[in-house]
Amino acid sequence: MSLRNAFLAATALALVSTAAQAETITIATVNNGDMIRMQGLTDDFTTKTGHTVEWVTLEENVLRQRVTTDITTKGGQFDILTIGMYETPIWGANGWLIPLDDLSEDYDVDDILPAMAGGLSHDGTLYAAPFYGESSMIMYRTDLMEKAGMEMPEAPTWEFIREAAAAMTDRDNDINGICLRGKAGWGEGGAFITAMSNSFGARWFDMDWNAQFDTQPWADTLNFYVGMMNESGPAGFATNGFNENLSLFQQGKCGMWIDATVAASFVTNPNDSTVADSVGFALAPDNGLGKRSNWLWAWALAIPAGTAKEAAAKQFIEWATSKDYIELVAEKEGWANVPPGARTSLYENPNYQAVPFAKMTLESILSADPNNSTVEPSPYVGIQFAAIPEFAGIATEVSQEFSAVYAGQQTVEEALEKAQAITNDAMEAAGYR
Amino acid sequence: MSRAVTTRRKTINTVLAWSIGFLIFFPILWTILTSFKTEAQAINDPPLFLFFDWTLENYAVVQERSDYMRFLWNSVIIAGGSTLIGVMIAIPAAWSMAFVPSKRTKDILLWMLSTKMLPAVGVLYPIYLIFIELGLLDTRIGLVVVIMLINLPIIVWMLYTYFKEIPGEILEAARMDGASLREEIIYVLTPMAVPGIASTILLNFILAWNEAFWTLNLTAAQAAPLTAFIASYSSPEGLFYAKLSAASTMAIAPILILGWFSQKQLVRGLTFGAVK
Repeated sequence: MSLRNAFLAATALALVSTAAQAETITIATVNNGDMIRMQGLTDDFTTKTGHTVEWVTLEENVLRQRVTTDITTKGGQFDILTIGMYETPIWGANGWLIPLDDLSEDYDVDDILPAMAGGLSHDGTLYAAPFYGESSMIMYRTDLMEKAGMEMPEAPTWEFIREAAAAMTDRDNDINGICLRGKAGWGEGGAFITAMSNSFGARWFDMDWNAQFDTQPWADTLNFYVGMMNESGPAGFATNGFNENLSLFQQGKCGMWIDATVAASFVTNPNDSTVADSVGFALAPDNGLGKRSNWLWAWALAIPAGTAKEAAAKQFIEWATSKDYIELVAEKEGWANVPPGARTSLYENPNYQAVPFAKMTLESILSADPNNSTVEPSPYVGIQFAAIPEFAGIATEVSQEFSAVYAGQQTVEEALEKAQAITNDAMEAAGYR
Repeated sequence: MSRAVTTRRKTINTVLAWSIGFLIFFPILWTILTSFKTEAQAINDPPLFLFFDWTLENYAVVQERSDYMRFLWNSVIIAGGSTLIGVMIAIPAAWSMAFVPSKRTKDILLWMLSTKMLPAVGVLYPIYLIFIELGLLDTRIGLVVVIMLINLPIIVWMLYTYFKEIPGEILEAARMDGASLREEIIYVLTPMAVPGIASTILLNFILAWNEAFWTLNLTAAQAAPLTAFIASYSSPEGLFYAKLSAASTMAIAPILILGWFSQKQLVRGLTFGAVK
């Protein structure tokens, strides 16, 4: 056999073998900008592996319910799940996810930011690969800050933020000094107030899983939040979540906004934002107690136990969360649009270092420690949540009580009293106390 | 004088009716208008009503990102199939309850209706497990069965109400002329109840078309109908209201057109027996 024939035969064999192994994997995901971009680039994965992809895109809460139902009943509808930092360690501990401990050398698992890898692991085993990660930080209007005669420090305190918010507020021109989440829901206003409470020295539970809403730091947190928002926040802030505040900020109606770092690419995009060229960034505020009020979150890809397409699913995860994928997005859509917050190498890349929000995003992520999030010791992992299965239900109820305070329907004291009872009752029923 | 009052009253009634109609239709109108805006225009404050740069960009994006025709076809099969099978089961059931009632007929009717009072999520896990066992997850046939069963009490109730308006003597006369039970239902009862049956079919088709809980929970990639198509454009982290509106408009367009063309039949059926 000539060399040419041998080469042709080998190629044909490889093609036949690829075709024989080609599979269609089903991925459950959310409709966030980075995920949509990934869907548009899937052809690259298909070209490289022969596998095709079916997308099931759902709203975040629907996705959680849908995926939880499927995974607990072993329905096998999905080969890859898009889940967050809250679910991953819990589901990993339950044996519902396949460990990602055999990813290829080329993938360079050690390049994943330690905070992300830690939050997506259980007992040191990685159960989900971060597609993009985020913390929270201050996004502020540089022009309004200048007009107010103030200068934003890189790491401000809450007192400074309150003062700056009051100085930037201009009710006649519909400018609110500060916009913050107030909407009920553990992942909306609940996440914000929990992260904020860490910087006031509050915590959800003591080491014996007793609720801590009857302590002074919680009263301080809520009183400060309500006071500042009443002085300088937008009308109806009790129902504002991420999207509502994004809308206000993009229309030039907020002096400052403390929220997910991923919002930086939205507010600096001149196609959508009227204030794109006058946005500055700073670390989330603190109170001098050693803990800042920023959170840590990742949207990550995991493989449910029981899938029949584990190998193809792993190939997809390696592709979507790889350094090559970041390069691919940069090439097609620019460095400002690559999925942030997952890999160390991204922040070492000079091209990405030129992106205005890159430095502050990394510093925010690095300053968040889910294993040590509170001033006083606490028994749970997580910053804006406690990684226990009961938390989502409890925190949703508690955040509803807090939202009622923001809407002026009850006092801070009443809300904290109810939060204490709700949490202790639920923890007792769940067998923690 | 009385003529003047009548004209004034007519004018007031007309204005009132149009105002209420506009109020009810406004959310749909706003969705349609938003679908022609850019994302920045969609969140503009004050809101832009008609004077903005109209664009078809959102429709192009939605069309590019999603296989609309597959979702549409699934919706047609699921809504059409569940309604037709439901009506085929409900006609004999409603006939027996309307014309051959027993002591327990009222109780049975109430019991059927009471199944609608159970929150759907209460039976999600049992049904999900049954679907896994039967291999019905993410299949159109599975959804046809579930949605048919969910809407069956309403179909039976509606048909029962219409059938009660038909004099039993006519059916009796048909029987005396030698009609079998099957012939009595198909050739005598059904033609007389056509308006009622038509409006029942239309209403249940709309209910099945809009059903979101089961269609979102029991489907993945293959059998997902238009409700899942809309849900895929809802985002908690990002402002995609214009695209969401375009997807919603595309999802409701077929049912809006169907409703527009069949409104006469629908109104006739819904008011059947209301005035004697």
